[in-house]
Amino acid sequence: MKYLHLIWSALFRRKTRTLFTIVSVIAAFLLFGLLNSVRDAFTSAGHNVAGASRMITMSKESFVVSLPTSLLMRIQAVPGVSAVTYASWFGGYYQEPKNQLVAEAVAPNYFDLYPEWVLPAAQLQAFHRTRTGVVVGQSLAEHYHWKLGDKIPLQATIFPQKDGSNVWTFDLVGIYHVNDPRLKGEEGALFFNWDYFDQATQFGGGKAGWYVLRVAQPKDADRVARAIDTLSANSDHETKTQSEDAFQTSFVSQFADIGLIVGSIMGAVFFTLILLTGNTMAQAVRERIPELAILKTIGFSNRSVLALVLAESVLLLALGGAIGLLISGAVVSGIRAKLGPQFPMLPVGGDAWAEGIALMVIIGLVVGALPARRGMKLRIIDALSGR
Amino acid sequence: MPKFVWSLLTLLIAAAFVALLVWLPWWAAAVAAALLVAWLLLTRTGRQAWSVTRLGIATVPQRLGAASVVVVGIAGVVGVLVALFAMAQGFQSTLIETGSDDTAIVLRGGSQTELNSVLNHDATVGIGDEPQVMHDAQGRPIASPELVVVASLPKVSSGLDANVEVRGIGQEAWPLRSRVRIIAGRRFTPGLRELIVGKRAAKEFEHTAIGAKVSLGGQPWTVVGEFDSGDEHDSELWADADVVASAYRRGDSRNSVTVRLKSPSQFAAFKAALTTDPRFKVDASTTRDYYSKQSEGLTRLIRILGTTVAIIMAIGAIFGALNTMYAAVATRTREIATLRAIGFRGAPVVVSVLIETLLLAIAGGVIGAGLAWAIFDHYTASTLGANFSQVVFEFRVTPALLASGLKWALAIGFVGGLFPAMRAALMPVTDGLREL
Repeated sequence: MKYLHLIWSALFRRKTRTLFTIVSVIAAFLLFGLLNSVRDAFTSAGHNVAGASRMITMSKESFVVSLPTSLLMRIQAVPGVSAVTYASWFGGYYQEPKNQLVAEAVAPNYFDLYPEWVLPAAQLQAFHRTRTGVVVGQSLAEHYHWKLGDKIPLQATIFPQKDGSNVWTFDLVGIYHVNDPRLKGEEGALFFNWDYFDQATQFGGGKAGWYVLRVAQPKDADRVARAIDTLSANSDHETKTQSEDAFQTSFVSQFADIGLIVGSIMGAVFFTLILLTGNTMAQAVRERIPELAILKTIGFSNRSVLALVLAESVLLLALGGAIGLLISGAVVSGIRAKLGPQFPMLPVGGDAWAEGIALMVIIGLVVGALPARRGMKLRIIDALSGR
Repeated sequence: MPKFVWSLLTLLIAAAFVALLVWLPWWAAAVAAALLVAWLLLTRTGRQAWSVTRLGIATVPQRLGAASVVVVGIAGVVGVLVALFAMAQGFQSTLIETGSDDTAIVLRGGSQTELNSVLNHDATVGIGDEPQVMHDAQGRPIASPELVVVASLPKVSSGLDANVEVRGIGQEAWPLRSRVRIIAGRRFTPGLRELIVGKRAAKEFEHTAIGAKVSLGGQPWTVVGEFDSGDEHDSELWADADVVASAYRRGDSRNSVTVRLKSPSQFAAFKAALTTDPRFKVDASTTRDYYSKQSEGLTRLIRILGTTVAIIMAIGAIFGALNTMYAAVATRTREIATLRAIGFRGAPVVVSVLIETLLLAIAGGVIGAGLAWAIFDHYTASTLGANFSQVVFEFRVTPALLASGLKWALAIGFVGGLFPAMRAALMPVTDGLREL
């Protein structure tokens, strides 16, 4: 720490060059923060403690084929299942076709299986009491400026009402939120009573889209899954039961190989960055050979010279990286506020910072290594005489 | 002139150049390049500039590390930009080529995709009776009522189950989509549980070889052929609509009716006739409209993502280039001052530094665009389409994309080279000569 001043003044010996390099580092880490936020939005859903013991039973045929409601009692009876609920996809949009919604009709006990969604007990009761009640995530409510008590008209794209109308009007009775920042994406959904859907829809009623169940012991998961799928084997509604995690993974992989896209871009960005900062550090050390020789003359050991140069390059990366991540945090909040919770971006949180800091240190050490070695190896006599 | 005026001027020139690059058609750019070459070869200042440029370029090998910062930085920007835009281009072309102006698709009013739409029997028959619909050689209207269901099959690449679209078609689908050719096996036999697979679906999903059994609606189906439509339908599995309807208990309802119109100009009348008919609650759009709308969202998202990433990377690359070129100018300070002292004007110096940067930038642009082309042209990818099932498409690296990649390279090079060039030209000769 006592050398911080020395390292700092060495770093800003050539102000313009260092500033230009830092701007490049900022750009790289800004991109890192943004892309990481997109990737997290796709991969972190379902990866949580509650998700580990939660399983999804859906039609083996595909997600869009419904299952008979008679399965409910039979799944409940499978040993090892501690709770089961069901839901149906509704979809639809609010006001304009571009405002597509994640809307589901859910059974009364649906929220019991999602303890990570915090919904006040009074609001849950109101949901049970109000036939046309609807519960939405906080991010979604904020995006459309919905308040408790509002009437929310949704345009159905799949299910018209019995009278042929595509407009379904709901009463907002509950708003849930999620505490874990990595799960903020789950605040983008809207839920209403399955019974109401069942009674009012022109078709598609009387069936459950999928079942969600909790197993008492996560280690029983595979056995329970097999037992449930056996219930309807060889029937016209064969099922496929899998962990929520596995379901999410296969669902996301259907959109695109997000990991590959983000990974390739980051690869290109950081490869360029290493070359760029490496060049800056090499130049900086080359110019300072006589100064480093003087440091050695007055008693600095080879290793301290090595450490000084390495610290300088890590500091360079850390300065730019921290600013870049800060900016990306602000940009992500801005985008989320503007485009709504459905836009796949998660706030830049602790994980991104931890990963980013690790990257700053590693890249700093990598680009500092060669120049630092040069500083360490130099012979005082040669360096001072300019050879 | 005070320094900040020069800085402002430099900034304006840089902005003007970038704006010119954006607006200028390629032939104008070619003319400009030719004029530049002529100037270099024919005029006195031009020849001066060229000789200074040659000196600068000759020293590039001595500062290979610094020069490669410009090249690699720009190659990264151009590569990422071209690759992402090629993805958007591929997806968009695949969908747009599926539609045409003389075919129209009819869906239940309010539903935006076939999967969400239901048409009852009266509607499916009545739509074909509209006078605007073309008739085939046997005198039947070319109107194809179709069913769309989603099945799930493991993907070859990941082994994970993914959604695949199964389209139930009738006899009229063949004259409607005259492009479609059977490239292996044969057509399915009406009334039997037989399937034909699109050529992209055949590559993307397992169990799609001819002779393979696929389970749909809890029943085994046999793959008997493979077809090539050259568009989005290549990601689908086709079977007889009546058999699909019975397997999925759809009765005589269908998801959509697609018709061939007598001419594109008949569409307005066709749409008006259907939407005002009290028997139906339907909406019609040309298939070109329908499919291009489906490509809009994702294409726009990828383009915004690509541009954002490229702009941020370009900022990094510009500052990298600035560093490199300032260093280059600094090491040649005495040389440049000497040239000025023996009578060279400022312009040749500015031009020479600029040309050097632009050459490095072009090298970077060519490398980046070349890599993107080599790796990603015809690269196959898939995503979830409007019918909640996989749309398989190929990246398309078009000449226009390569050209826009090069434009980005030139813009970055120009901005990164202009400021150091101005500094070199504005430096007082006496200071420069004293510089060590």
